[in-house]
Amino acid sequence: MSEMESKYAELRQIIEAHKDWPGALMPVLQGAQELFGCVPEDVQKIIAEGLGVTLAEVYGVATFYAQFSLQPKGEYVISVCLGTACYVKGSQAVLDKLSEELGIPVGTTTPDGKFTLQATRCLGACGLAPVMTVNSDVYGRMTPDQVHDVIVKYRPEA
Amino acid sequence: MDNMITLTIDGVSVEVPQGTNVLEAARKAGVHIPTLCYLKDINEIGACRMCVVDTGARALQAACVLPATNGMVVKTNTPAIRKYRKTLLELVLSAHDQKCLSCIRSTNCELQRLCRELGVENGDAFKGVQNEYAIDDVSPAIVRDNNKCIVCRRCVAVCQKVQKVGVIGPVMRGFKTAIESPWGLKLNDMACINCGQCITACPVGALHEKDDTAKVWAALQDPSKHVVVQPAPAVRAALGEEFGIPMGTSVTGKMVSAMKRLGFDKVFDTDFGADLTILEEANELVERVTNGGVLPMITSCSPGWIKFCETYYPDFIPNLSSCKSPHEMVGAMVKSYYADKAGIDAKDIVVVSVMPCTAKKFEAARPELGHNGLADVDIVITTRELARMIKEAGINFNLLPDGDFDSLMGESTGASVIFGATGGVMEAALRTAYETITGETLEKVDFEAVRGTAGIKEATIKAGDLDVSVAVCSSTGKAAEVLDAVRRGEKNYTFIEVMACPGGCVNGGGQPIVDADTRASVDVRAVRASALYGEDAGKPIRKSHENPEIKQIYADFLGKPGSHRSHELLHTTYQKREKYTD
Ligand code: SF4
Ligand code: SF4
Ligand code: SF4
Ligand code: FES
Repeated sequence: MSEMESKYAELRQIIEAHKDWPGALMPVLQGAQELFGCVPEDVQKIIAEGLGVTLAEVYGVATFYAQFSLQPKGEYVISVCLGTACYVKGSQAVLDKLSEELGIPVGTTTPDGKFTLQATRCLGACGLAPVMTVNSDVYGRMTPDQVHDVIVKYRPEA
Repeated sequence: MDNMITLTIDGVSVEVPQGTNVLEAARKAGVHIPTLCYLKDINEIGACRMCVVDTGARALQAACVLPATNGMVVKTNTPAIRKYRKTLLELVLSAHDQKCLSCIRSTNCELQRLCRELGVENGDAFKGVQNEYAIDDVSPAIVRDNNKCIVCRRCVAVCQKVQKVGVIGPVMRGFKTAIESPWGLKLNDMACINCGQCITACPVGALHEKDDTAKVWAALQDPSKHVVVQPAPAVRAALGEEFGIPMGTSVTGKMVSAMKRLGFDKVFDTDFGADLTILEEANELVERVTNGGVLPMITSCSPGWIKFCETYYPDFIPNLSSCKSPHEMVGAMVKSYYADKAGIDAKDIVVVSVMPCTAKKFEAARPELGHNGLADVDIVITTRELARMIKEAGINFNLLPDGDFDSLMGESTGASVIFGATGGVMEAALRTAYETITGETLEKVDFEAVRGTAGIKEATIKAGDLDVSVAVCSSTGKAAEVLDAVRRGEKNYTFIEVMACPGGCVNGGGQPIVDADTRASVDVRAVRASALYGEDAGKPIRKSHENPEIKQIYADFLGKPGSHRSHELLHTTYQKREKYTD
């Protein structure tokens, strides 16, 4: 059995063990998060089918609690705010530039696992619009030509 | 009576059964407490806190989830409560697009009404950055506009608990909470059955039908098109509500006149199609029973149910009657039989169905429901959309005289009109099947056992030596219960009727919307159904096979039920569907 196959087998065991409990979803999701490091779509579908609940419920819980992530995240998570204020001030151009610079579409992770690029709703820092964050570092009043310098801070060789 | 308790609400003493919540107790005391998230028996989660009351406890409490207790003293209208509610409304408005003028629910919106009643107009009191959502209008039937959603979760409860579909739910948390499908998928990518029960549960304009009235106006405008309209049985039982006519009033004659004034070339009746369905379906039932076909046979008129079966219970596809639904049958006959008789090229005919149902929009687009490359039905609009057209055209509905359906497909029987209520198809089929099986005249046509709004009804009908055991269910959740029992071998039926909407088509997802307050005190399903049973009782002919136009269509065109031509034009096939399309 490959590593992945044995993980899925283990997931099924976790589901079996909790199946008939009320509130089984939480412990099963926690088990899956530990196993896979995240709870991606196919894992959520297996959980939904296994527990006899809807995918909407599984997804709702998975997005409610910060302890779950939907896909494996890179070492650095870059978030660009597309809230109204940031958008008006050109955050889309910043996002496009990041996507170009990193060579990945929004919502995905670089093949080396270094960066995840995502767009977010309002980050609540509208005074600094347009805003992006890299993990907990905040960069305000971004322009597309500053993008390269920010990335280099986290990947010096680039 | 034991288990009764007495409490005082705003100085009024009221006696209620133990277990009643304070909100319902207040209703009984004649005290109105405002609500937003509460939908009796369906969504009682205490989420919005609009219904707070003062019981002397340290904090205000949500009445909709607060059990009434003996001797309780409740105040619902103090300055503190009024201020609390206003602040709540201002918060709701700050995350709401507030575009009332262009909103489909304006004047019929629970949020708008509360703002008016509580004197709240300042939507900027808590101005922050509002979440902006793309409108999901990919589905042929349902549109979701989360910019108007107040996250009350009434739609979620209906979809999950009543329909057992569950394709929407809250995602994220706090200010970012939104009601969506998982993974940001569109409703159309999910196994949504298009029933529209979420729409009629929604207090605001966040959910509505896909509006197809523009297509109808365009067809009516086009001189090269011959436009035929047909209303479903349930439409006449509810259309009046859109014009202030009391619920439960049948407005058949005015509806027909309005359609003629809108400019339709012919006004046929889906009731005629219902009679036709009964002939084909009763024949199919008798065939299955006598030739050892797959039983139980299950009705196929409700497209929400059909998609539910194809997706969640595909092992029952062989049990589905192969009959097309009544309006599809009418469409097929219009484009063959009527086109021939009238000497019109079927290509130039536009068939418009007015339905109590949003799922019919999806059904009409099924590629298998057509002939010679032409769809049986071209456009489906709901009861609400028809009302909108009548208003837009400036027709004074209430003053219209009674009009008559056009002949050829305008005659109908009492059996067909009750199709709009749960149990109606079963009763109509029994009236015909009984006579087919026994060869005797059925004297008493009322089958009381299959009437009423219970979610599941069972009966055994004696037809000669044959015991026909039947079940009638309405809501897909109830259908699931019945099918599970059949799967486990616990139940054995000959014939099952399923309607996707609770109470049947009278309570369909395309019908006039009734607010939560009214729904808590009136059984909408029963009141609307009474209009249909009243029509049935008043009809001179109450059995489908005695409809003279039905006799004529078989004599002139179809031959007999189940004939080759019937199969070609009036029957269809089904397909297994995946839960997720990706
Ligand atoms: S949902 Fe209600 S309050 Fe909101 S815009 Fe529509 S009518 Fe106005
Ligand atoms: S139309 Fe029916 S199935 Fe689809 S989301 Fe609404 S309630 Fe659920
Ligand atoms: S869509 Fe309507 S019913 Fe559903 S949560 Fe939003 S406001 Fe409530
Ligand atoms: S909390 Fe009672 S109506 Fe919403």
